[in-house]
Amino acid sequence: MNVLVYLIPISLILGGLALVGFFWALKTRQFDDPDGDSQRFLTEDYDDKPKP
Amino acid sequence: MTAAPQIAACPACAVAPMAQAVSADSIPTHEALYLALPGIHCGGCISAVERALMAEPGVNSARVNLTLKRATIEADTGVEPRQLVDALARAGYEARELDGVALSATQTDKQGRALLMRLAVAGFAMMNVMLLSVAVWSGATEATRDMFHWISGAIALPTIAFSAQPFFVNAWSALRVRRLNMDVPISLAIILAAGMSIYETSLGGQHAYFDAALSLTFFLLAGRYLDHRTRSVARSAAEELTALEVPRTLDENGEPIAVVELSVGDRIRVLPGARLPVDGVIVSGNSELDRSLLTGESQPVAAGPDTAVSAGEVNLTGPLIVRVSAAGQDTSLRRMANLVAIAESGRNRYTSLADKAARIYAPLVHTLAFVAFVGWFWASGDARLSMNIAVAVLIITCPCALGLAVPAVATAASGRLFRAGMLVKNATAMERLAQVDTVVFDKTGTLTMGAPELENLAQYSETEMAVACALAEGSGHPLAVALARAASAAGIKPAPVSDITEEPGQGIKGFLNGEIVRLGRPGWVGAVPSQVTATYLKTGDNAPVAFTFCDALRPGARDTIAALSARGLDIVLLSGDVSGAVADVAERVGISAWEAHMLPEDKAARIAILSSAGRKVLMVGDGLNDTAALASAHASISPASALEAARVVSDIVLLGNSLEPVAQAVSVAKSATRRIKENFAIAAIYNLVAIPLALAGFATPLFAALAMSASSISVSLNALRLGRK
Repeated sequence: MNVLVYLIPISLILGGLALVGFFWALKTRQFDDPDGDSQRFLTEDYDDKPKP
Repeated sequence: MTAAPQIAACPACAVAPMAQAVSADSIPTHEALYLALPGIHCGGCISAVERALMAEPGVNSARVNLTLKRATIEADTGVEPRQLVDALARAGYEARELDGVALSATQTDKQGRALLMRLAVAGFAMMNVMLLSVAVWSGATEATRDMFHWISGAIALPTIAFSAQPFFVNAWSALRVRRLNMDVPISLAIILAAGMSIYETSLGGQHAYFDAALSLTFFLLAGRYLDHRTRSVARSAAEELTALEVPRTLDENGEPIAVVELSVGDRIRVLPGARLPVDGVIVSGNSELDRSLLTGESQPVAAGPDTAVSAGEVNLTGPLIVRVSAAGQDTSLRRMANLVAIAESGRNRYTSLADKAARIYAPLVHTLAFVAFVGWFWASGDARLSMNIAVAVLIITCPCALGLAVPAVATAASGRLFRAGMLVKNATAMERLAQVDTVVFDKTGTLTMGAPELENLAQYSETEMAVACALAEGSGHPLAVALARAASAAGIKPAPVSDITEEPGQGIKGFLNGEIVRLGRPGWVGAVPSQVTATYLKTGDNAPVAFTFCDALRPGARDTIAALSARGLDIVLLSGDVSGAVADVAERVGISAWEAHMLPEDKAARIAILSSAGRKVLMVGDGLNDTAALASAHASISPASALEAARVVSDIVLLGNSLEPVAQAVSVAKSATRRIKENFAIAAIYNLVAIPLALAGFATPLFAALAMSASSISVSLNALRLGRK
């Protein structure tokens, strides 16, 4: 059962990382335009070079 | 139920005055410009629009938001929105300028983001605690179980303190005014579940309800978030409609000036095609005015010096200089809008199904839990056991499914209506619309397009048409535009008329083969005025020819009336126009009950009579003369072309040109209300099974978790059935 000492914190930290990731996405307005984002990646504008 | 604490139920009403207050502050400083792009729909449109905007000089960045169908542009000062709209028109996209100040009030949806954040935290905590709970349910004992309970508690308590705040705040504000809302049993269940679990854990007890407290929080927050999203989508779109009316006009010298800066005695210039922003008196210029939005009259009225004009009228032919006699809050338009606010407060008294459920539900739950505690204490004398059972009853009966029942259906229903071209502005609109048994229509601008169409093209000779067409082409008067359009559609070439001049307020004249030709008002060309809308052509000494017009029906008007009558609804047409025009339209769309010459107060009074006879009236109208009627009706719909005041008081705004969605709105509303009731039934059935078990003391945390999740999920799935048809 001693393995729990590692496993529980690890599972909490991993979950917490996902939570922090979600917060970051929310703060950087990545949920503001779901329809547009699902279309934007199909454009060929920056296929050859990254957006300046 | 969510609206219970802040008593104003309609979010649009709360926001509309706010937007006005904000726009009163200043004219936008043109750093960020906003354009509405109603026509965009795919990735190709996004790149094309952004490229077209970036190609304009002075534009620093342009970003399209496809969800909101809106572009945000950062440009140097001095870049006119007009020029960007033209650039987009050249690229093939319809664009309209939005008032940045009116929009900025909702640019950042802080409340929605905060709810989403609380929801994410609750979800994270719920999953982790559930994981630990599974270990306990599957047989962990003694020290392991206690440790798991402690860890669960360490996760659950801060999470509840953060995530469940909206419930606590709402419950507290309801309790302070000695009322009960749905948030009271919710908060009590969450707090008691967490508190009792901590106490049990400290004693090494078997049952801890941390997972139940968290899943309660999570599911209810999900319902709350859905509810918020439905409202904020409607609100931002409603605000966009408001923002379309950019509050600027021209001063005497043709320079732009903000309407809010006008004061009594100022002079403004009103160009043909523009709407009067203030009440006033004409100082110079002759023209005709379209008063249809205010009175419902379809015939333009002649106007010259000393004619009194009121805000909301549209100037048709010649430029006018107007001396302001009332501005801002004092205009007749705004005064009428204020009258509406009084009529509307009556409707806010409508109690939603959710509120009705909450009123029965909250006392029932509290009584049950209290009875359980007293009963068990009397039977066993064990306070801890009795408390445990009382908490279990509270948790099991907690309105998870009830909390989702209404918002899930509302989200699905308004999503479906939005796809059909309707914007649901009011939270209880669906329920009220489902009860409707009488539909009252306005004529001008609602059943008809409010734009004239030439009748019986064939009865005029080709030369007459050619001359009329040549004269009409130069004018912006609606009758002239309609005439020119009809002629070009029939392939008629304009006659070589020279020296065409327009006499504002009278008509157009020119010379053909040395003869004077005139097209305009009957008095001006020397004709006898007829009953119907008409313009008159006089060539030389010939007798004048009357070109008669009818108001084109709105697409889908006839089908809508047919569909509504097929549903067994009574249909009435109330119009401020003259009898002849009203009878004609009534016959064309198939309405047998109609009344003409109705003043705005008459319309509202007529609806009050219907309501007091027990009828539930749906009012469909667009003008200022309909506003009081729209506000006093049980439910109301207006087209997007309606005056702002009319749209503000309407429950649903039609985004497209067609009237057809009205019939669909009624049927969707009926099925949505049915789903809501089904959802209440589902929730009740779960409770009927679970409450006796909880009262008998058989409920375990595992059982509570299962009942809660199963009922929430079945309610959500039932709601989703609505969007799928």
